[in-house]
Amino acid sequence: MLVSEAVLERVHEDVHKTQPWNNPDAVPYIRFENVTKKFGDFYAVDDVSLDIYRHELFALLGGSGCGKTTLLRMLAGFEEPTSGKIYIDGVDMAGVPAYERPTNMMFQSYALFPHMSVEQNVAFGLVQDGVSRSEIKELVAEMLGLVQMSKFAKRKPHQLSGGQRQRVALARSLIKRPKVLLLDEPLGALDKKLREQTQFELVNIQEKVGTTFVMVTHDQEEAMTMASRIAVMNEGVINQTGTPFELYEYPNSRYTANFLGQVNLIEGVLVDDDEKYAVIKSDEAGCEIYIDHAVQGHEGMTFWVALRPERLRITKEAPKETKYNCVSGKVEEIGYLGGISTYHVRLESGKRIKVTEPNSTRQIEPRYTWEDTVWVSWEAGAASVLNK
Amino acid sequence: MSSKRSTFLISALVFGFAFLYVPILLVMIYSFNEGKLVTVWAGFSTKWYVSLFSNDGMIDAAWNSLRIGVMSATLALALGTPAGLVMSRFGRFKGRTLFSGMIAAPLVMPEVITGLSLLLLFVTLEQMIGWPAGRGLSTITIAHTTFCAAYVAVVVQSRLSGMDTSVEEAAMDLGAKPAKIFFVITLPMILPALLAGWLLSFTLSLDDLVIASFVAGPGSTTLPMKVFSSVRLGVSPEINALATLIILAVSVMIVIASLMILRSERMRSRASAGADAQH
Repeated sequence: MLVSEAVLERVHEDVHKTQPWNNPDAVPYIRFENVTKKFGDFYAVDDVSLDIYRHELFALLGGSGCGKTTLLRMLAGFEEPTSGKIYIDGVDMAGVPAYERPTNMMFQSYALFPHMSVEQNVAFGLVQDGVSRSEIKELVAEMLGLVQMSKFAKRKPHQLSGGQRQRVALARSLIKRPKVLLLDEPLGALDKKLREQTQFELVNIQEKVGTTFVMVTHDQEEAMTMASRIAVMNEGVINQTGTPFELYEYPNSRYTANFLGQVNLIEGVLVDDDEKYAVIKSDEAGCEIYIDHAVQGHEGMTFWVALRPERLRITKEAPKETKYNCVSGKVEEIGYLGGISTYHVRLESGKRIKVTEPNSTRQIEPRYTWEDTVWVSWEAGAASVLNK
Repeated sequence: MSSKRSTFLISALVFGFAFLYVPILLVMIYSFNEGKLVTVWAGFSTKWYVSLFSNDGMIDAAWNSLRIGVMSATLALALGTPAGLVMSRFGRFKGRTLFSGMIAAPLVMPEVITGLSLLLLFVTLEQMIGWPAGRGLSTITIAHTTFCAAYVAVVVQSRLSGMDTSVEEAAMDLGAKPAKIFFVITLPMILPALLAGWLLSFTLSLDDLVIASFVAGPGSTTLPMKVFSSVRLGVSPEINALATLIILAVSVMIVIASLMILRSERMRSRASAGADAQH
């Protein structure tokens, strides 16, 4: 079947619109160029280059002290880079003070002004710009409507719940229509139930106002749910940048694989590398691992095979084919989480493999119990091969 | 065992408070004494209060003290607030420890030394530039300002150190320049601490005898000086009446000041607890 040139062209255009990072002609909206920030002798951010495109909801993900907040604060103008350049919409931000930048920030603590009402808090940014009083009134009412806080306009911050404060903080930071909205752990102070609900609300609001969002978070689930793209940071360096799918399915390092979701990492040595396949022999697992694509490396090199627990099969009987991708061990721990069950299987080498299984039917007795000998196997396409 | 201990604790409490407050209570009771002898009870009367209010010297001294108190408390606020701000918001700078030590020094300096050094300063200044011409209300006011400013600085600093700096950053982020942030955000937030600092300064100024004696001039007798000099001529029940009034005034102000500090502390902890409670 032939696909017409025109159709192909349209598909391409579409991809370029929704995924500007895959379009070589797209101009980045925010650009970090070899940005370094030192506090004394400590490198908080170490030679980071990063492009963020318009209308993105970009997440900086990492543990505490990885430099993600410092990167955000440099964008806001609270810190100046030790070296390197930051551009927003093509303008060099060097020497531009925080109060003149086209960015607004939503703080982790919300940082509401305690002596002002909700209304006054939201209006603050417009008052600084000398907007007329009638216009302020109109815009504040509209913004409070957007975050569903109109009823609480006259309240003081200490009379609000955590979730309500979060909405006020969002309204206050959005009212000036900033080019970029910076969010520092936007949902960090909310409880789990509220957090899940607010994640989608935030994404909806972002789509409605069309502002570019840059978010800092330590919560991988939050980043995966909300972000168009994620940069995984560690020790001041960006480890990997990509869509949630790319990062989860094709991690480039053990750090990323570990940080996003759960993973079994199996160390092994490359014994056979062809154009179409590769075989890694692992003493740790006690088996040979067949990979359905070529691995860039020479035989004898050490690799790590990353296996997601939900991609593993657990059975009582040995599978038909036991040459590759198949190990056996004893069930050591069982965790029943309702929707899924997790099993920790101890291999002969002492290595523990984690397997999760969905509980798609109600089972009174668990399928496997402690000390059962079981087989764990997986498809050739389930593994990612990592070299660092 | 536990009842035994509680008896001990209660008696300790009673003795402690008695030691502190019985003398004051006696002064208050004897201010309503009919007789002229301070230590012999001769029936209830308010005549010493009447005679106190017709004593022009006393009233003048009280008026002086009030004016000095208001002036020096206000000046102390104007000087102490920036000092407190610098100590908590300037980050690390060279000589920071020295600076904060020097600010706190007047709090522990013996009053005699403060008084004497200020007297020397005023005399030298008068000889060199002709100001201040003689000593009087203005020199006492300046002297009181110096040690009250230290109290204000400490109160303001402790309030600011506990305050979340992101509130000020948020204001800057929304387009407010640093000077505006101070007046629109920081100042209203530390207002209770400022009022408490003012009241504390006012009370300290009202109480001071030693420093005022050093730098006072003719016609600038403050209330404590007047009381001290009249006591030396013999204690009259009039002084008891005056003491009662002063104790009442001072305790009311101290109570208000501590309530304000307490309220601002509570507001602060409630504001942060609200955010933390959600974790």
